[in-house]
Amino acid sequence: MATPNVSMAKAINDAICQEMRRDPTVILLGEDVAGGAGLTHLKGEDAWGGPLGVTKGIGAEFGPGRVWDTPISESAFVGTAIGAAATGLRPIVELMFVDFLGVCFDQIYNQGAKMRYMFGGRARVPLVIRTMIGGGLGAAAQHSGCLYSLFTHFPGLKTVVPSTPYDAKGLLISSIRDDDLVIFFEHKAMYGMTGAVPDEPYTVPLGKAEVKRQGSDATAVGIAKTAHTCLEAAELLEKEGISLEVIDLRSLSPMDEETILTSVAKTQRFVAVDEANPRCGMAADLAALVATKAFDRLVAPIRMVTAPHTPVPFSPVLEQFYLPSAEKVVEAVRSIVKK
Amino acid sequence: MALDNQTRKSLYETMTRIRAFEERVRKEFAGGKLPGFVHLYAGQEAVAAGVCASLRPTDYIISNHRGHGHCIAKGVDTKGMMAELFGRATGTCKGKGGSMHIADVDKGMLGANGIVGAGFPLACGAGFTAKVKGTDQVSVCFFGDGSTNQGTFHESVNLAAIWKLPVIFVCENNGYAEATPVGYAVGVPDLATRAVAYGIPGVIVDGMNVIAVHEAAGKAVARARAGEGPTLMECKTYRYYGHFEGDGQSYKTKEEVQRYRDRDPLRVFRGQAEKAGWISSAELDAIDAKAAAEIQEAVAYAESSPQPRLEDTFTDVYVSY
Repeated sequence: MATPNVSMAKAINDAICQEMRRDPTVILLGEDVAGGAGLTHLKGEDAWGGPLGVTKGIGAEFGPGRVWDTPISESAFVGTAIGAAATGLRPIVELMFVDFLGVCFDQIYNQGAKMRYMFGGRARVPLVIRTMIGGGLGAAAQHSGCLYSLFTHFPGLKTVVPSTPYDAKGLLISSIRDDDLVIFFEHKAMYGMTGAVPDEPYTVPLGKAEVKRQGSDATAVGIAKTAHTCLEAAELLEKEGISLEVIDLRSLSPMDEETILTSVAKTQRFVAVDEANPRCGMAADLAALVATKAFDRLVAPIRMVTAPHTPVPFSPVLEQFYLPSAEKVVEAVRSIVKK
Repeated sequence: MALDNQTRKSLYETMTRIRAFEERVRKEFAGGKLPGFVHLYAGQEAVAAGVCASLRPTDYIISNHRGHGHCIAKGVDTKGMMAELFGRATGTCKGKGGSMHIADVDKGMLGANGIVGAGFPLACGAGFTAKVKGTDQVSVCFFGDGSTNQGTFHESVNLAAIWKLPVIFVCENNGYAEATPVGYAVGVPDLATRAVAYGIPGVIVDGMNVIAVHEAAGKAVARARAGEGPTLMECKTYRYYGHFEGDGQSYKTKEEVQRYRDRDPLRVFRGQAEKAGWISSAELDAIDAKAAAEIQEAVAYAESSPQPRLEDTFTDVYVSY
């Protein structure tokens, strides 16, 4: 049974609840994942259920033994989740905004990511770190970043970025069941996006991209919101007689190179579209992949459509200018497809 | 509570094995046989021995860059340890971790650590698992005076305090954070007083006295097991060698070194044991000889062990990828 019009936020909430019901070692922790910790007048209800309400109701269902509100102390609680994962729990820890990474990065990249390797394979860290990414809400430079490329850089971490409610639920369940440390990025401007979502638990495999639209003239790869930007661009380009194939990357690490290279072999043109900054980012990584492994199939230069090399501006006018748009993707594709 | 002689003997045995291991590592490092850095624990043996004697095999410890003593006290095999320091395939971590990352999860040893202060949250994590699962395991975090200025110390002690996690924070105040004296880097004379800020007990312990450490640890462990939360122990101790091997140690004076050498935890304990008749001189000598043989065997094992294969570079990054 699938329910139509389920929001991305609800799909994520469902995934967490269903996995917590299935496995008592799945524990949720983070800042205000319930909210109002210890206040008796709330009678067990959560005050917030996460800063944007994504974990609403989970605290009430599972209680304080499974759902732990933390102090604003990211190094301590992210590190606690890593230590707990290494000793027998399967925590889901929320790093509210990915921009807060700076206050706890050591625990993630030096501890969690490297523990298994440093210990010669004698440890596992089955942990999911959920974190919000993305602009479009006027949240400005310290609450709008898309920092997934920083995590993707590190061996030992897996990075997952869903673009639909269906994928969000299936990928999150896969992440929770995975025995490695997975960073799960949720685009906060997409929580309200709706789609059909099966009621039952299901998995979407990590490391598999999805061809969202078949095309023959060029391949565009998008991530999270920019997968939809690419689809919009494909609609616009179709009117001009240009056929754009659109791939939603979904997992950044591991990355589904095969799906991308197969597509490029067919279309012979490539555009990487990413909401993050351009330097050392996913778009550059994708461009490098295609340049090194499919150069002989290309008939035109690779294009990148990304945010500029600036922090995210606050002004809605500037922020819209900053974000990749369908028009920018159209322009990039036009520049390499002569019709 | 008075200790039985078997426990006393085992405390001495642990200290002796650590000392023998560290003196030998020093020699092998100087001889160019060990790659990388080593940070020796000699001088601080009473802390690891005294604390770990209060633990069960199922309890957890987290260590730091100066971790060999903690490993040995928690029961990690010295042959595997030595092979790890030599970078061999038979090492505790298959030669992938080395001295600074040596670990043996099966023994409850969750790793030395190359990042000062990084162990605090991880120790809370092990305590958190015990609390969530309702076991009576405890978790011990060993750390130096220098790391108490890291944010992770303050964040983690607070977290352990509010959640009453079964964690024992064992500060080994050896007087120096690298080459910086504790008196320069810390605004309070006794680090144990920092516990006050988090509403938990803070105790000052003579870290050169294994009996004193064992007694204080016993109380802290009992408190943690009973669900009453964490304790901060400050063990005042001294490292005989540099921050790392090769450190010229100009920050120490000869007089200071001698003052601590005069209080050597092994020798003081030995004198006490002989005088009080806890353990005979012959038995103590036998422990010394056995430790020396064990370490000799460990070095022979390490030296005769194979190097890792180049393809081992690629394994153990993920469970699956």
